[in-house]
Amino acid sequence: WRRWLRSASAAAFWEACCIVLVLTLSPLLFWCLTALIAIMLKSKTFVKKTRSGGVMKIVREHYLRDDIWCGSEACTECKQESTVLQKDACIESNLCSYPHYLIPDTNVVLHQIDVLEDPMIRNVIILQTVLQEVRHRSAPVYKRLKDIIHEKEKHFYTFTNEHRRETFIEREPGESANDRNDRAIRVAAKWYSQHLKMFESDTDGLKVVLLTNDQGNKQKAEESDLLVYKCEEYIKSLIANPELVDRLALSSDDKNEITSSKVLFPEHLPLSRIQAGIKSGSFLQGTFRASRDNYLEATVFVQGEGEDSTEVLIQGLQNLNRAVHQDVVAVQLLPRNQWVAPSSVVLQDEGTAKDDDVEEEEEEKLVAATLMSSMSLKPTGKVVGIIKRNWRPFCGMLNVSQIKESTRHLFTPADRRIPRIRIETRQASTLAGQRIMVAIDGWPKHSRYPNGHFVRSLGGAGEKNTEEEVLLLEHDVPHQAFSQAVLSFLPKMPWAITPEDMVRREDLRHLTVCSVDPPGCTDIDDALHCRELENGNLEVGVHIADVSHFIRPGNALDKEAANRGTTVYLCGKRIDMVPELLSSNLCSLRSNVERLAFSCIWEMNHEAEILKTRFTKSVINSKASLTYAEAQMRIDDTTKNDDTTKSLRGLNKLAKILKRRRIEKGALTLSSLEVRFHMDSETHDPIDLQTKELMETNSMVEEFMLLANISVAQKIYDEFSECALLRKHPAPPPSNYDILLKAAKSKDVVIHTDSAKALADSLDVAKVDGFPYFNTLLRILATRCMMQAVYFCSGMDSDFHHYGLASPIYTHFTSPIRRYADIIVHRLLAVAIGADSTYPDLMDKHKQSALCNNLNYRHKMAQYAQRASVAFHTQLFFKSRGILNEEGFVLFVRKNAIIVLIPKFGLEGTVFFDGKDKTAPNLVYDEEGPTLTIEQHTFHIFDKVKVTISLDDSNIQHQKIRMALIDPVISGVSVPAPDVGPQAKKPKLDQ
Amino acid sequence: MAGLELLSDQGYRLDGRKATELRKVQARMGVFAQADGSAYLEQGNTKALAVVYGPHEMRGSRSRTLHDRAVINCQYSMATFSTAERKRRPHGDRKSTEMSLHLKQTFEAAVMTQLYPRSQIDIYVKILQSDGGNYSVCVNAATLAVIDAGIPMRDYVCACTVGFVDETPLADLCYAEESGGVSSLALALLPRGGQIALLQMDARLHQDHLETLIEAAMTACKGVSKVLDEVVRQHLQEVSVLTGE
Ligand SMILES: [Zn+2]
Repeated sequence: WRRWLRSASAAAFWEACCIVLVLTLSPLLFWCLTALIAIMLKSKTFVKKTRSGGVMKIVREHYLRDDIWCGSEACTECKQESTVLQKDACIESNLCSYPHYLIPDTNVVLHQIDVLEDPMIRNVIILQTVLQEVRHRSAPVYKRLKDIIHEKEKHFYTFTNEHRRETFIEREPGESANDRNDRAIRVAAKWYSQHLKMFESDTDGLKVVLLTNDQGNKQKAEESDLLVYKCEEYIKSLIANPELVDRLALSSDDKNEITSSKVLFPEHLPLSRIQAGIKSGSFLQGTFRASRDNYLEATVFVQGEGEDSTEVLIQGLQNLNRAVHQDVVAVQLLPRNQWVAPSSVVLQDEGTAKDDDVEEEEEEKLVAATLMSSMSLKPTGKVVGIIKRNWRPFCGMLNVSQIKESTRHLFTPADRRIPRIRIETRQASTLAGQRIMVAIDGWPKHSRYPNGHFVRSLGGAGEKNTEEEVLLLEHDVPHQAFSQAVLSFLPKMPWAITPEDMVRREDLRHLTVCSVDPPGCTDIDDALHCRELENGNLEVGVHIADVSHFIRPGNALDKEAANRGTTVYLCGKRIDMVPELLSSNLCSLRSNVERLAFSCIWEMNHEAEILKTRFTKSVINSKASLTYAEAQMRIDDTTKNDDTTKSLRGLNKLAKILKRRRIEKGALTLSSLEVRFHMDSETHDPIDLQTKELMETNSMVEEFMLLANISVAQKIYDEFSECALLRKHPAPPPSNYDILLKAAKSKDVVIHTDSAKALADSLDVAKVDGFPYFNTLLRILATRCMMQAVYFCSGMDSDFHHYGLASPIYTHFTSPIRRYADIIVHRLLAVAIGADSTYPDLMDKHKQSALCNNLNYRHKMAQYAQRASVAFHTQLFFKSRGILNEEGFVLFVRKNAIIVLIPKFGLEGTVFFDGKDKTAPNLVYDEEGPTLTIEQHTFHIFDKVKVTISLDDSNIQHQKIRMALIDPVISGVSVPAPDVGPQAKKPKLDQ
Repeated sequence: MAGLELLSDQGYRLDGRKATELRKVQARMGVFAQADGSAYLEQGNTKALAVVYGPHEMRGSRSRTLHDRAVINCQYSMATFSTAERKRRPHGDRKSTEMSLHLKQTFEAAVMTQLYPRSQIDIYVKILQSDGGNYSVCVNAATLAVIDAGIPMRDYVCACTVGFVDETPLADLCYAEESGGVSSLALALLPRGGQIALLQMDARLHQDHLETLIEAAMTACKGVSKVLDEVVRQHLQEVSVLTGE
């Protein structure tokens, strides 16, 4: 043997071995139980196609166990430590008069999750089979289901039936995967009913009830003596809560629906054909984006290889084919001769609920619209299938049906891009005039509108609380009160600094630190100090609230803050990122209390050059909390000479040098008019509105915050090159500047945009005689050309540049109370200086990148919500004013309108020139200018105009500020100047 | 679609095991009469055959001879049919060379080589079916083969892979778990003294977790050693019955 081995190749040896093996192994095989309690071992075998087209057999182990318990309080058999399901599981129902547990099947969970979420539905068994199927089919529903399971009051129990010996079944030959799962659900239900039977005498006949909407499944369940009901049937039988019926999703197999209707839409292709089509290139996959202005038009945004992407235009109900905004769809391009141009017509779906006859009319309107503008044809296509629905509950209002007894009504979402939804409700009369939430259940091909169901009411439309709620929901701002779990991680009151807190912390209580903020600020993140050192240099400190001391990584409080991402400031309301105890008290660097801080301390010379930088955790005791105006007054008041004032003067002096130097390097100072409402202290209604005014002290604080952020960014990047959380601001692509260049050219001003510095310089010299406001307007336009600044993880990107600040590296360190990014930066910095320990997620660049995505999303949405809130309050303000009469400037020129900025209110409005009546004036639009000529008058950008401002509340969901032209006077277009008076009635708006 | 859920909220893994549970281990010694020692071992669906020759005189290049102890020569290979996709595996590719080296290091730490100066011990291991934890299964199979060959060892060498999911260490990973993006670690232990013969990890893992992970791996290895011990005792009983002693 050995000789043979030596000569033979190893491979041949092994082949021989294997033959021997087969012979020797079969008679006797050992197996030993290890720590396993598993009793049986099954192999799961399935066949899978490989990438190369071959077929692969996959064998997986599947252990079956006897130690998976039923989770019922009533059970005395199972050796479970804790139970979830209650002994007296009572939901009063006409159908089930006994206590019972519910077992929903997969489709019931997927479609009726709103019902399952109702607090009334308790004691439900979620089978593993169901959970896995739900996970596979809908991520949002899966998440919601998991949330319910985690809620203790709901008593939802997950039974791992696939691994319990008695409830595991194998797929039979010829059985589909779905049928097998249905059978598994029935087997588990059967097991439960037999298991519970053992304790019948104890429990008033506790039973399990299977819920399924599948007729076949129901029948088979009945055959095996299970208690089984359709979901609707069961919910309707509940005595205590008849409203729950409204939350039932309409199932597509409702018989009454099918009988009368004809097919309106082409069939959606099955996923397999879509995938094949995408592979072969005949279909494109993209995100469906409905048009805000025209309900018969949408674009599909197709992400191509790398950076490039294309847009496919979709027009007409048939081609839109039931896709809803944000769905992922497959589109097929139409032949070139059917390509169309985007219509510039505003079309709103405002007809009453009709299923027939409507569409011909609609198509005609559309054709007329496209003929008018057949110049720039776009790739046009049609939706052939839906890859992924992206439905969420929508806010909106009910259009109550004209038929009094009808329970079916149309719902109009607040978001214009979402189609109207048909719902069934018995509470229509109560819901009319309220803002409500509705979820879509499906969109059958014979229905003009999608079907949905009522979720909940938000309150009366137009009421401030309701509108605020709508605004928060529509912008996906998490605004629920903090949960008990979150609050449990707050420090116990009364809180005081302990000796342990002082370890690795510097005592800076003796320093004259003060904070400067806007009036009424209660969440003070930052404080400053400046003092002269013995060597003649200056010591400047920026002290930031030490939030990461209170919010420890990974706990519920931290997770909540990470999810919220930012504090959202609405007019007169703040939605905190962290609970108030922290935001307004323990973290807030108020005066004359001891507070924990994270300090960045520089030694500078009098030319504001940094000689030394150090970071330390500290304790401070702020001597004064000032407003910008108070700080300004102290600096200007030569009679004052206390420490705080001296410190402020030193800071101010340095800040001016820093700012000058920054601007020399090419930092941009751009403009956006921010308005401030003076609120009535009792009603919280806006009583006055003014643009925010900037003082020297604003820029003083800003300058040091920038400096601290840059210093920290450099430090954490040096220390953690792979996982530093930074912020960048990409340079805008040159085409972004088109509008700015054209606008400037119209006044014979040249703007250079090759670099930030060139732009800043040319903006500085851009002046027009006799037009002092020109520069500000130009800067407002320049702001609109900019890109969004974003957070990113340094290990995932190579371009760090911050264009607007002209800094090679930047991050956010100075507002940890209201921004989560700053908390992460604090943690990184704390690790870098050895003041705190690290934790795994902090060093994981993929996790951090995912976090950045969430933060960027939350910041964007917060910004939109804030704008929407300003718009809403502006409307409230003008509602009480009647018609006003103001001067403004033309900011943009459009095909049929001019956009006017009213500097006094920082308000932008549109003056439309094409009314709905037939006598539309003669409009000529020139793209080069851009200019718009109406009859004899030509409008340019920057023209001074006079307009009336009023509130148009004809559509209660979409109240709007309307502007109408007074001066220049164009006959048939402009309106006479109204008598300004609060009693003035609403004018006719269109000419 | 999201990847597989490796650990459910109820604490069960894909195949129904709990986090600390090993796969079922089945083993048999002396499967191959012509060799000095041999063993066949299954750990779940990972199956390995180990054969030991020696100690015998140095073969091949004499320069490798060590004057104070025996040289251990390990060879690891995988059968073409061992994975789901049939693949020709050239002898001595990078992966198997590396694995051979790891095995060699492991057994140099366990076998009392100083008893056999100037000689050589050959350990050949082949994976017949692969379903995760190849290294560990090879070590466990080879341990039995070495015992079968009657070569003295300091202790059983038991190996186990451990992965880290949702802050929980998972013992004895199967292939689906290994390929699910888990940071895993392979550990070979001399259980009685608690000495580590080999520790291998090439995934990123935060330092804070390392200790828990090693702890879990050691517990798992001790579990394996119990099984191996039982196998050896059973085998001895059979042999003694056969020889009539
Ligand atoms: Zn039980």
